[in-house]
Amino acid sequence: MDYKLTYDQYQEGLEQGKLLGLKCNGCAAVTFPPKSLCRECNGSDLNVTEIKGHGTLRTFTVIRVPPKGFTSPYVVAMAEIDEGAWVMGNLVDINPDDADMSLIGKKVRIGSQIVKGDTYSGGDSRVVTFTLAEE
Amino acid sequence: MRQVAILGVAMTKFGVSEKTNLEMFAEAGLEAIAQSNLEPKDMEALYFGNCLGDFEEGQMHMAPFAHAELGLPISAPATRFESACATATVAIRHAALLVGAGIYDVVIAGGTERACAMGTPLATKTFAMAHHAQYESRPGLTFPGVFAMAAHMYSDKYGIPLKELKRNMAEVAVKNHYHGSMNPKAHFQKEIDVNTVLDGIMVADPLQLFDCCPFSDGAAAVVVAEAGKAKEFSKKPVYIAGMGQASCGPLYLQKDITRVRSREESVAQAYREAGLGPDDIDVVELHDCFTIAEILALESFGFYEFGKAYDAATKRETYLGGKVAVNPSGGLKAKGHPIGATGAAQVTEIVEQLREESGPRQVEGARVGLVDTLGGDFGTVCNIILRSETS
Repeated sequence: MDYKLTYDQYQEGLEQGKLLGLKCNGCAAVTFPPKSLCRECNGSDLNVTEIKGHGTLRTFTVIRVPPKGFTSPYVVAMAEIDEGAWVMGNLVDINPDDADMSLIGKKVRIGSQIVKGDTYSGGDSRVVTFTLAEE
Repeated sequence: MRQVAILGVAMTKFGVSEKTNLEMFAEAGLEAIAQSNLEPKDMEALYFGNCLGDFEEGQMHMAPFAHAELGLPISAPATRFESACATATVAIRHAALLVGAGIYDVVIAGGTERACAMGTPLATKTFAMAHHAQYESRPGLTFPGVFAMAAHMYSDKYGIPLKELKRNMAEVAVKNHYHGSMNPKAHFQKEIDVNTVLDGIMVADPLQLFDCCPFSDGAAAVVVAEAGKAKEFSKKPVYIAGMGQASCGPLYLQKDITRVRSREESVAQAYREAGLGPDDIDVVELHDCFTIAEILALESFGFYEFGKAYDAATKRETYLGGKVAVNPSGGLKAKGHPIGATGAAQVTEIVEQLREESGPRQVEGARVGLVDTLGGDFGTVCNIILRSETS
């Protein structure tokens, strides 16, 4: 089976400021970030689509004891994009010490940032970021 | 399927150990075989759990060496299982499935882990390798971070102010430390109070140090046998009444992480096979890797409605002598959490409880016990229901 949108292609998209996902021709669900089959119906009839980059923050934490290679504190969060999928990323435009429960439900814009590679990750890569949208 | 029983069970003391993974496993494994009134040559297979030996000791493919430590015959294959924190329970389930299917009569299963050898930064890093590498590890997610996000979501979803939720979460740690104070094999054997938890350093908001289980070293092993054979060798075999196991993908596909869908499915399988339900369970060893995790598990089992288990420990319903005894061993929180061994230690505790051998932490009249082990970020859950009588 043809892998419609590989991790490398997804990464290239982020590099160019594009948030690439997959739209299912069967059920219309958008899968983001990409995987082999539609996240809703497991359909394989998928087209590459660009998501708009708007979402709602659903939960978060402030990491204060980090894994080796990371410097804390920083915020990890999950957001629901307007197209329906959820995605993990870093909330970046906030002082971590100001992160509190009021963040849940806030509108966010989705972007990306570079994370340095380590022994296990095969070089630098981009991860999703969230910034608080103007209300 | 043939009926399957557990014979000998054994665990090392959990904590910080100078022993190697193999030395710890040999101690637990040989004791489990001897307690079964069997010999190593009677074992037909070894289902061996270990997660991070590669990082702890530079040791991959540890199973054949564990086989040699136990003196097993060449005809008994040794196979490594890795299901993150659920590793040993998954190994035991597969041992029981093959015994039930008539492939083997007697199998030894369990696991070993030496997480403390790595130190906290590397241990945190290697544990985080159980997140989806590309999409979820790279933003710097950690295991406390996952359960911290679940706690925030729980507070928001059920309208329980975070401060109130945290105070009730702290009561889970207080309970499990109290139980652990009666367990000579526990990593921590001292009682704490709510302030110990609420004054701790913040690990991942809102989880503080005492909301989190420790990194631990330790091993545990159990002998799984066909029930007829078990009765020949043991006065008190404990029977497997039902088992379940289920899987979920990465967190971004799970979405609402106040609901552990893999556990809801796994425990339903176990209840169905056992012909039992939540009201039949007398004692539980569940996966309290973080205080919020115990609350989520109690709801998944159907002991409480969703959003209602958060004050179970505060109301003392989950203490020894309460509505249902939850984690009488001290749980992962106080007994410790050597991830490759944890499930076998949970089975050990339930088997000893059903044999009425648990001393000061004995659950009076326990007949049916539930083992619950979660691996990764809700990716794997495995449940085993044990009972003291045949069905």
